[in-house]
Amino acid sequence: MLPQAAAAAYIATSDGLLLVLSLMLPVAALLASLLTGARATKFLTFTASAAALALSVIIAVRIAQTGEAIVYVLGAWQPPLGLALRADGTAAVLLVITSVIMCATGLYAHWQFDLPSGTGDSRVSTVFRILMMAVWSALNAVFIGQDLFNLYVALELLTFGAVPLVCLDGRAETVAAALRYLMFALLGSLLYLLGAGLIYSTYGTLDLKILSGLADGRPALSVALAFMVAGLLAKSALFPLHLWLPPAHSGAPPAASAILSALVVKAPFFLILRLLFDLAPAISSRFAGQGLAALGALSILFCSIMAVRQERLKLMVAYSTVAQIGYLFLMFPLAVGTDVLPPWHTIAWTGGLLQLASHALAKAAMFLAAGVIADVFAHDRIRELRGFAHVLPVSAFAFGLGGLSLMGLPPSGGFTAKCLLLTAAIVEGYWWIAATISAGGVIAAGYVFRVISRAFSTPDLPLIPQRPVPRKLERIALALALAAVALGFLPLQPFTYLQVGRPSVSTWAAP
Amino acid sequence: MTTPFDAAMLLGLSGSALIGIGLFVIITHPRVLRKIVGFNLLGAGIFLVFGVAAKRGAMAGLAGDPVPQALVITGIVVAFAATALAIALLKRLFELTGSSDLAPLPPDASSRRT
Amino acid sequence: MSTLFDFGLASSLVALALYVGWARDEQSSIVGFIALGLLLSLGWTRLRSIDVALTEAAIGSGVTGLLLLRTQTSLRNDKPTGQEFGVLAKVSIGILCAGLSAAVAYVVLIPPDPAPTLAPQALGSIDVTGLGNPVTAVLMAYRAIDTLLEKVVLILALVGVWSLTSNSHWGGAPAVPAIGTPQPLVFLGRSLPPIGVLIAVYLLWVGADAPGGAFQGGAVLAAMWLLAMFSGLQPIPQTQSVNVRLLLVGGPVIFLVTGFLGVGCGAFLAYPDGFAKPLIIVIEVALILSIAVTLGMLVAGPAKRGPG
Repeated sequence: MLPQAAAAAYIATSDGLLLVLSLMLPVAALLASLLTGARATKFLTFTASAAALALSVIIAVRIAQTGEAIVYVLGAWQPPLGLALRADGTAAVLLVITSVIMCATGLYAHWQFDLPSGTGDSRVSTVFRILMMAVWSALNAVFIGQDLFNLYVALELLTFGAVPLVCLDGRAETVAAALRYLMFALLGSLLYLLGAGLIYSTYGTLDLKILSGLADGRPALSVALAFMVAGLLAKSALFPLHLWLPPAHSGAPPAASAILSALVVKAPFFLILRLLFDLAPAISSRFAGQGLAALGALSILFCSIMAVRQERLKLMVAYSTVAQIGYLFLMFPLAVGTDVLPPWHTIAWTGGLLQLASHALAKAAMFLAAGVIADVFAHDRIRELRGFAHVLPVSAFAFGLGGLSLMGLPPSGGFTAKCLLLTAAIVEGYWWIAATISAGGVIAAGYVFRVISRAFSTPDLPLIPQRPVPRKLERIALALALAAVALGFLPLQPFTYLQVGRPSVSTWAAP
Repeated sequence: MTTPFDAAMLLGLSGSALIGIGLFVIITHPRVLRKIVGFNLLGAGIFLVFGVAAKRGAMAGLAGDPVPQALVITGIVVAFAATALAIALLKRLFELTGSSDLAPLPPDASSRRT
Repeated sequence: MSTLFDFGLASSLVALALYVGWARDEQSSIVGFIALGLLLSLGWTRLRSIDVALTEAAIGSGVTGLLLLRTQTSLRNDKPTGQEFGVLAKVSIGILCAGLSAAVAYVVLIPPDPAPTLAPQALGSIDVTGLGNPVTAVLMAYRAIDTLLEKVVLILALVGVWSLTSNSHWGGAPAVPAIGTPQPLVFLGRSLPPIGVLIAVYLLWVGADAPGGAFQGGAVLAAMWLLAMFSGLQPIPQTQSVNVRLLLVGGPVIFLVTGFLGVGCGAFLAYPDGFAKPLIIVIEVALILSIAVTLGMLVAGPAKRGPG
């Protein structure tokens, strides 16, 4: 039986409708697109993207101004019976990053469809735009949702939006990759749902805020969380459940790859973050945290080496995604708070989220650049791309700038992030994590320089472009790469904006 | 804590068995269509766990807690949508390649294909 | 006595599940699965969840079984390539799965006392909604956004299915396999739909106060439509057909619009006092048509010939 008085009520803030709009605007565009032809769909996508970007910026600014989270209670039914939406500082940052990358990739795709070599054709462009709106809405729902089942529906929306993106070009290999992705994702969703069911059986509610007050470290809770985290690990492609990602992300069209690698795999990670830091009992932080970090370390080392061995550019970038996601999981043992310092005040929290944001921008830039390269030369075999920088200097530059974040070299968001994580690892005595971070950077340099040195060398026979160079597309890639570099100018200390709206205590404390 | 040996517990136990069986079929069965059936088995087991919570939540005036029931209805519909998408992908794969088996992934070998 | 029945039901479920997993050929497995679905519906009635029993019978066992059987027919000539796990791997995975089952069973066997529930809150607020069926109240009022998003998920799955066609076929109509239609099917296609439509409308109407609702009714409607299509009495519509798109999108659009109108009286997806039940009925009518079209087109599959 729920203690009625103790259930903290959600107090809706006046600007809460912004949250609803950020969810429903892409949905409305999606539904309208189904009713209209290709040209109207283009217009709808444009307007919805611009509006959603503006919305996310307004939400972020409001949170900065008021210093509080934005809250909305749906239908005026208070949880636990009803559902609430909530955006704190961390969620706002993710909403903005999502909007920026979606707008950039949407523009890239729009221009690419109009190219003479582009598909221009109804099926690919219409389906892409509809799926893009669905993924956007799903991502927003994951970042601001507060109810475990609402988050499950959001995850399913995300999966159904992302899977058909993989096989848009219609080839057999991409269809197989999409099917494998779907099966891993479904397994993950079902395990997550199982955990949610066990939690409801134990506590009678699915609302995260109420649950964080009730969480008492029962075995049933640990079993439920274990199922949920295992399912979310499959969806975020952590080693050894990463096998589906490289073929799926490399087979998708470049704009879709950018969305998948930059954003879609980050949403399940964000959920793991919320579940463990808000619900998990204190004793598990040592065991589960180190376990996740160990898997993260294996991801970094193993998949970075795999990336070095790849022959194709897009596959290399996809393996690099799995490796860089491993860095995120190092947050768990490092962002452990103490009695006086909640986890979101630690440098590891800032480091991990900065890694998430800068990797998103850098990886999107790299996939878009790789897409231009593959389009212009009609292939992406690294061996045969000697000297491509002479034909595509902007793409090569964008690729290199993005690579700075992966390697952790200044100036870049990736450098600041890895520096923060490294400092946290050394300060807390996790020497093996510090060693992994350093080694990961070195191996990343291996695969990035492999491409860049080849790009700027002079081949015996100059490379002949098969198709005209799409300058506009290159510039989008460059813009995203510059954004990743700009993140590097954040100071090397905890970013206080990320702490807005977070509670003052957490159970994920050092025992 | 004495649990009544009633419909809720028996069906809950059969639900947990279905979860295990479904997982085993998904992981080990070689044919994709059977794996899809396995997903439905897993889903059915998970829904039964929700159903146990519904039955146990019965109160004066209500035979069962309505919230888990509503969640299961939503879950059944979503599970059907997932099955439909998976089957469409499977059929397309069969159309394009003549085989409905997912080729096993090379154990992280570097790709030599163009 | 009822314990004996429940025990028999539970063991039959497990036994059928084992059969479904280990049957030699896919067809037996799928037929076993459909039977399992019907037994599951029985189980749900034992758990006093009639709404769920209806949904499981209609969608979980019915439409899913139909889809699986059709797929099996298309794939029946496919020879397996025969790659399997070795015995040792299978045994270890089996032990892992058994362990996971045991973990779930543990939570089921040792519930908290008293059992946590939201039934009192659900009952307490139901007068505001004007409904008599608390499950419908949860779906359409308390957790309405989940239902709205779930409808979008369904439509998205349909878009994904439609995308799996070649560029030249985009917008065209799905096809029925060209193996003459058997006479019994044509007979059923003529006689069942009127009864089915009546049952669907009844399920929708009664769902406000008793078990039933838009999803169950929508599944029955979809089945009747599919029957008419597969027996050749109705042509399968093109995927770009305006009517299909309108019906498809109508449900969630009306839901969304009503939701935003609710902002005027409290919050998104809130209902004005006294108008809750009529509004919910309107939304459900739009939803049932939308669900029927979505489920039907999901079974029909992607386009197999070009438009026009």
